[in-house]
Amino acid sequence: MVIAITGLNANDNPGPGVAVARSLRHEFGSDLRIIGLCYESLEPGIYMPDLVDAAYLIPYPGAGISDLKERLEHIHQCEKLDMIIPNFDSELYNFIKIEPWLNNLGIKTYLPSHAQLAERDKTNLAHLGRKFDFSVPTDYKVNVLADLDQAITDLNYPVVVKGKFYEAEVCYTKETAATAFHRLKARWGLPVIAQQYIKGTEINIAGLGDGEGSAISVVPMRKLYLTDKGKAWAGVTIEREELIALARAFTAATRWKGGFELEIMRDSNGMLFILEINPRFPAWVYLTAGAGQNQPAALVKMAMGLAQEVFKDYAVGKMFVRYSWDELVDIADFQQFSAFGELSLNKFSL
Amino acid sequence: MTIKKNIAISENGFIFNPATGDSFSVNGMASVILTALRVGESEAGIKAGILEKYEVSPEQLNRDWDDYMIQLRDANLLETQ
Repeated sequence: MVIAITGLNANDNPGPGVAVARSLRHEFGSDLRIIGLCYESLEPGIYMPDLVDAAYLIPYPGAGISDLKERLEHIHQCEKLDMIIPNFDSELYNFIKIEPWLNNLGIKTYLPSHAQLAERDKTNLAHLGRKFDFSVPTDYKVNVLADLDQAITDLNYPVVVKGKFYEAEVCYTKETAATAFHRLKARWGLPVIAQQYIKGTEINIAGLGDGEGSAISVVPMRKLYLTDKGKAWAGVTIEREELIALARAFTAATRWKGGFELEIMRDSNGMLFILEINPRFPAWVYLTAGAGQNQPAALVKMAMGLAQEVFKDYAVGKMFVRYSWDELVDIADFQQFSAFGELSLNKFSL
Repeated sequence: MTIKKNIAISENGFIFNPATGDSFSVNGMASVILTALRVGESEAGIKAGILEKYEVSPEQLNRDWDDYMIQLRDANLLETQ
């Protein structure tokens, strides 16, 4: 079996690709050939031979689907792909768009629909909350500074200023909010979102929906250690029935298909707010494999039409502690990937 | 005082609350009290055992006990009444 994955940027704000690759390797071993699809030549996952067998450069999502299809066609000719697992929010629209074309080539996917993708978008989260009776923070779409002023007047400080796709800043003054707005606008485009700040305990839930309303897997994780970007550097699985019920309610309401992550804040009254819904596996998804519910592997089995029962149990108290690791790379490999956009880590001829 | 049923207490005084992900380290005496509460011993019985075994006045023990229970409640380790 040959599976291509994206999101191999295992930096301090990591994409999920390396964790997905590790989960798949954990389940399928060396029978599986993993192909990395990368946007830059220094994505660390390119140079991890135990996880990734070969890597290919692909065009940025902004280049459009025509360039993407052309590149994937070439990669498919070389690798005979069985499946692609996209792991970035920003590329999902294109991959969903070309899903029928991929299927015609015999390449399987397991993705939500465009409507599902849009419904959980940050800019539509409040609407989703109202529609399905989920608690979500109040938010405002900010396109110009005047919108930000209005949002701050209504929300008060602190206010969370969020990029369209990624990143968020908690702001305590008008100046820092304005600076965050300009920075996030330049980086991720409009609208920027101003969101009500909820004080509490941050919990994330990794889930896998079957597209029919069932959650095949739900694993809640409490962040134990945060980076300055608010990313989990350590976490532990927890048991809390209301968290699992919330994830199942989300899956049932949206009939979500594929991996997802709910970012939850539990306030001092025990109320659960959905801060964000990510339409793909989180970067900590290998913890689900360690806890007994290997979500990436289950997704592959479902995509391949194999039976996958709903997971019942997981290990509570299973921790992850992320670490940095200096992968040593031959300059020839870097040169090969930079110049030709292709690299075989098994040194097979490409 | 009842310790929540799902709280994990190890012999070396490490406590893990699987509902919140919080973990704590406690000293030997705190661990003994937690374990005793866990198996259903009464407050009076635990205190009598401590007074018999250690050189501590009942007043001091009561003060320390109350302080400890406040900490346990704040740490969300006690069943709410």
